[in-house]
Amino acid sequence: MNRICLIVLFISLVFFLLGSVSRLQAAQREEVFEARLANGLQVLLLPDRKAAVVTIQVWYKVGSRNEPYGQSGLAHLTEHLMFRGTEKVGPKQYSRTIQKYGGQDNAFTSRDHTVYFENLASDHLMVALELEADRMTALKVDEEKFSTEKKVVQEERRLRVKDDPSATLFEEVVSTAFKSHPYRWPVTGWMEDLERLRREDFLAFYRTYYQPANAVLVVVGDIEKETVLPLIKKTFGRVPQGPPLPVSEFKESPQEADKRITLHRREAQLPYVLLAYHVPSFPHPDAFALEVMSQILAGGKSSRLVQKMVYQEQKALDVGADYPFLSRDPFLFFFYAQAMPGQSPEQIEARLYQELEEWKKSPPTQEEIKKAKNQIEAGFIFSQDSIFNRGKILGKYQSLGTWKGLEEYLSGIRKVSREDLLRVYQTYIEGKKKTIGILIPGGSVQEKGLSGEKSSK
Amino acid sequence: MAIAAFALKGLTPVSWAEPLAHKTKLPNGLTLIVAERNQLPTVHIQVTFGAGSTQVPANLAGLANLTAELLLQGTQRREAAEIRRAIESVGGSISANAESDYAQIHLAILKKDLALGLDILSDVLLNPIFSQQEMDRKVAQLKARLKRLEEEPKQVAQLAFARKLFGAHPYSLPPLGSLTGLSSISREDILRFYNSYYRPNNGTVIIVGRVSLEEMVSLFKSSLKGWEPGPSSKITHQAPPVLQSPVIEKIDRPITQANIIWGHQGIARSNPDFYALQVMNYILGGGGFVSRLMDTIRDNLGLTYGIYSFFDAREYPGAFQIALETKNENANQALSETLKEMRRFLEKGVSKTELEEAKAYLTGSFPFRMDTNAKLVRLLGAMEIYGLGMDFPQQYPRLINQVTAKEVLRVARAYLQPEKFLLVVVGNQQEIQLKERW
Repeated sequence: MNRICLIVLFISLVFFLLGSVSRLQAAQREEVFEARLANGLQVLLLPDRKAAVVTIQVWYKVGSRNEPYGQSGLAHLTEHLMFRGTEKVGPKQYSRTIQKYGGQDNAFTSRDHTVYFENLASDHLMVALELEADRMTALKVDEEKFSTEKKVVQEERRLRVKDDPSATLFEEVVSTAFKSHPYRWPVTGWMEDLERLRREDFLAFYRTYYQPANAVLVVVGDIEKETVLPLIKKTFGRVPQGPPLPVSEFKESPQEADKRITLHRREAQLPYVLLAYHVPSFPHPDAFALEVMSQILAGGKSSRLVQKMVYQEQKALDVGADYPFLSRDPFLFFFYAQAMPGQSPEQIEARLYQELEEWKKSPPTQEEIKKAKNQIEAGFIFSQDSIFNRGKILGKYQSLGTWKGLEEYLSGIRKVSREDLLRVYQTYIEGKKKTIGILIPGGSVQEKGLSGEKSSK
Repeated sequence: MAIAAFALKGLTPVSWAEPLAHKTKLPNGLTLIVAERNQLPTVHIQVTFGAGSTQVPANLAGLANLTAELLLQGTQRREAAEIRRAIESVGGSISANAESDYAQIHLAILKKDLALGLDILSDVLLNPIFSQQEMDRKVAQLKARLKRLEEEPKQVAQLAFARKLFGAHPYSLPPLGSLTGLSSISREDILRFYNSYYRPNNGTVIIVGRVSLEEMVSLFKSSLKGWEPGPSSKITHQAPPVLQSPVIEKIDRPITQANIIWGHQGIARSNPDFYALQVMNYILGGGGFVSRLMDTIRDNLGLTYGIYSFFDAREYPGAFQIALETKNENANQALSETLKEMRRFLEKGVSKTELEEAKAYLTGSFPFRMDTNAKLVRLLGAMEIYGLGMDFPQQYPRLINQVTAKEVLRVARAYLQPEKFLLVVVGNQQEIQLKERW
């Protein structure tokens, strides 16, 4: 039962950066080593010997999207509870153990995954592997710890969302844009759902999704696969196989009407406008063009929206075009702007539409396209600076399909043509149903204390 | 014992024996620090000047940052938009700003485009024009950024805390400045500030990437030709005032959490007790999930998502702060439990295990302060600004490891002031009902 059957694949991942090897003089060649244990755990190893450090990441393919209706926030609460101890490891021992070896540990939850990581000196790798393998199935959480941690995540929600007007607007827009897909509820969960979560809900969720076959272990850094793999077998190889995984497939019905929400917040200072359009994600072939589109519109200070709205016209303090290139299910392309003082939300909203229409009236020039591609490619190279980032990129691709998708990224970006950019505009933006969120500041707070000058009581 | 030994082992990066970087001075007085890192075809450059907000009179608050940001807004050869377009066309990035103790420009670019990057960098350093139009734009934007800060309860609390704690000292205002300061700055003020402070002998260039010292010396010599040293214009200040009694500042906001900052004056970076205080603070509230405050207030009581304490050690004594957020109704309880932890610390000091674990973390985590080129640039910058010496990474373990439990208790008692504090609470005061005595 504990015998390990290894399917070993050796893949050479070659990035020909900037499409012109002669110009760059060097291609970056990396070797990702891929294995699967008998219990179903997927393993990705990538040596990077810049420093004697390593990042260990366990990617569980479970996020808020897998939460049962009415139990929003459960995936994120589970993430917190993973630090509350097992039979073998005391409740406060995770960070203590890692930090006393000079390392750092933490975790994060998204719509699609929950990720645990340790960054530490490579000679202590085994410590992290032991902790992670152990808590994959042996968590022990009593009622008291459960309810204390629930309070902690409620404080987190107050901090991150409740008291942040633009974060609240974002949540409201997303939950309006989706009718039935679980993407409609926030990762931190609705307060009322959190309130009602019981320990049994957590246990059921944990037993279902925390198992080797639903996880990817990524190790990047100063490692040799010959020495690391036996350590992984020794630790994760012992984790028992889990029950069959439930199938969670969702398909959102098309949005039939424009939807508009208006949020009034007394403590808000400047109007904020957020537009959301439904779009596909990678591996859909249009994902590359959408990625380039977001870059041309708002990537960097010389981008269209920033150059015009922030610099030339001074209508906005901040603008953005966020496209989720990687997402398990289709999500939303966001366009947003925070108004400069004196600008009305109506003016800002109209200006955003005008700029989107401009895409067709004066389509991106070859120069704009070239610049966007160079920015994306250079950004990719700069992201290789950090082993933690390298691990994140591999883990994200693998948990959504296969890390080999990464090989298609730059070549896909390079192929994007002007026609593709116009086509994706016509397919997903032009005249399409959207969700509009408007944040309207109001109340007396504005006039009271201005930064650094008057003290208010 | 075992722990400390392990951590020291973990400290050894691949090329530990070699110096981290090479340092030299050009004939015009510019300091050049180069760390060759060949893994990526990239170059990170940071230029720092002793041109932070401490060098600005109070009535012109914001001048240092405004000057730094305007460097990128047009030169004799290039308009603002052209600078951005040129750098971003090759996938690079450039930014500039000022902090309280220094001003900095950051450039990140692929090695193949280094010549372009240096051409632009030297252009913005030597030939900025500070046009009235660009200045007006930037001032409007900075004022809007100040207004935007008012929306973030944490920032509101931080701004109020600094204002109350530092009094007439320039640390009382953020580097962004103030609305009145920004309104008072003239173009002449900027030109004067630029001419006095943006001099090679007041600056340091730090370069990390696929470059060598020799290569950079010759490139910088030619690209910065004509840049002349100037007389020192450094303004010095009295140390910030010390609180004589408790001060409580309540700010009412229609929000769900009380954003609490408790603290007082801390230390300057040059204070020799810095290292003992790092160990002390790690155990009290700086050690993340391992700290006593996090353990009690978050893990045991569930009162907060995060609680941290820290010493902001700068050129002049910065603040010591304990900061947390909790549901309005729990503010009194969370604060009283926090202060209880601090008093227990002052009474009993730390255990041997706590001490060893703190030292093991602080020394063992050092490689993570330089495991990327972007981080290494910042570390080298801090080493230079605060005069820590090029062998700081090698010295650091010794400085930490010599701290004893007795030292920790001594510095705790010397630098924590439970009777003379500043308490700022931003939140719904009706729900908070903050106690008057602490």
